[in-house]
Amino acid sequence: MALQAIAFYVLALVTVAAGLAVVSARNPVHSVLFLILAFFSAAGLFVLLGAEFLAMLLVVVYVGAVAVLFLFVVMMLDVDFIQLKQGFARYVPLGGLVAGILAVEMIVVSSTVASRGAASANDAPMAATDVSNIESIGRVLYTHYIYFFQASGLVLLVAMIGAIVLTLRHRPHARRQVIADQVARGPKSGMRVVSIKPGEGVGE
Amino acid sequence: MVDFWATPGGWTLITLGQILLILVPLLLLLAVLIVADRKIWAGVQMRKGPNVVGPFGWLQAFADLLKFVLKELVIPDGADKFVFLLAPVLTFGLAFVAWAVIPFAPGWVLSNINVGILYIFAISSLGVYGIIMGGWASNSKYPFLGSLRSAAQMVSYEVSIGFVIITVVLLAGTLNLQTIVEKQAGWFWNWNVLGGGLKNLPMALVMIPMMVVFFISSLAETNRPPFDLPEAESELVAGYQVEYSSTPFLLFMIGELANIVLMCAMISLLFFGGWQPGFPTPFLADWSPFAASLFGFVCFFIKSMIFFFLFAMAKAIVPRYRYDQLMRLGWKVFLPMSLVAVAIVAAWRVFAPAAGA
Repeated sequence: MALQAIAFYVLALVTVAAGLAVVSARNPVHSVLFLILAFFSAAGLFVLLGAEFLAMLLVVVYVGAVAVLFLFVVMMLDVDFIQLKQGFARYVPLGGLVAGILAVEMIVVSSTVASRGAASANDAPMAATDVSNIESIGRVLYTHYIYFFQASGLVLLVAMIGAIVLTLRHRPHARRQVIADQVARGPKSGMRVVSIKPGEGVGE
Repeated sequence: MVDFWATPGGWTLITLGQILLILVPLLLLLAVLIVADRKIWAGVQMRKGPNVVGPFGWLQAFADLLKFVLKELVIPDGADKFVFLLAPVLTFGLAFVAWAVIPFAPGWVLSNINVGILYIFAISSLGVYGIIMGGWASNSKYPFLGSLRSAAQMVSYEVSIGFVIITVVLLAGTLNLQTIVEKQAGWFWNWNVLGGGLKNLPMALVMIPMMVVFFISSLAETNRPPFDLPEAESELVAGYQVEYSSTPFLLFMIGELANIVLMCAMISLLFFGGWQPGFPTPFLADWSPFAASLFGFVCFFIKSMIFFFLFAMAKAIVPRYRYDQLMRLGWKVFLPMSLVAVAIVAAWRVFAPAAGA
């Protein structure tokens, strides 16, 4: 148990510290790298909870894909640091307000959980002990919540198509490579045999 | 003393020993494979390859190692020093971390977790960070362009690798690598590449192309020729590793090679039955457990090395892809193919008369 506690405190400390560094780092690329560290240690916390499937998904989806795109964009930005600093004072009240509301909400939720106020009414769903947590997630996701699950898939699909529609523009004069045409092209269609008389050239 | 090995301290010592037991032979193997790779490449081009250091040049890798370690470490002016040095260490570390869940033989696995295949997928998707960070931190144009190319390339091919892995997982019904291999026991038609069992034989029509997709995608994922666009000497000098010298460059190189061998091991585990020799092995029951495991390990090793040979041959005989062709292949050919394959395999598992687990 002691080892688990040590692991928890180390991971939690790294997560919080990395989260703080995300907002306080001067270089935006460093911010994203700290964000990745925060994701990674959050995945470690999931492993401690025994939710190894969620941990792996967190790493695959957020660290492996989302954060790569973040990094991709941030690296190509030409950030003016002085301008960034100037905006700071203006956004402090708004940011502070949002942070304050979030803090109050979290305190309320955690105090109710601690006193088992709202949760005591219905039993916490217990994972069956004989199946892995992939299987138990699958059982719940594809039975009780199948409609919600499919609906969220549709929402993502719509968002994806929307992003493509918004950014796709056909330039009328752009030349594109049509691979099928190139493959289908044979000597008959691609070549013309002409007989040229000596001394006259091709002459159109 | 028996008690000591059950305490946290003893457990740590055992695990450390196991890690060394994997790492040291693996590093030695990589040293041999670097030379083997060059020898195969040379053989295709009718050259001799490295033939000076040691018998037939097989110690060339150690000479290279000494050369790299003894050279001066140059850090470019204006480079982000910490990230610049972190990048090769990350590449190197991640390439070896993934080996923790590879089952080498029956029972020979460091960590038999039940999301093993996802773990490898997660670790290999992190590999891109080493390259992006290295390219960005160099504070130079060629490395930066190389790293951007590589990021796009690796993310693209990861998608089809993910779908191919899902087809295997659907056939096997588990994410545990050890169980996936155990299910492919018996004759070679039980291997996943032939659908995993005679009653699933029609799935061979799907799984053989999926094996090919996985092989080609892993070439792209590990930045091997013909997909070595991140380094493309002829266009980008050497891509993300232009500014690297000495030991950091060595770390990049070893990390890349370890990833290649990992991918070879993955192909043999997922599609070709890992340590299963391809015929029933009732005689193993009379052998000592260690000998039986050793037999399995030899099978696994031979299979992996066959795929390493294919990797080396691909490097020798296939010309480099153009970047738009690479993207087209990834998104317009492999992604639809593997998506359809997932749908077919899933439908087969549900509707096929005798498909049961």
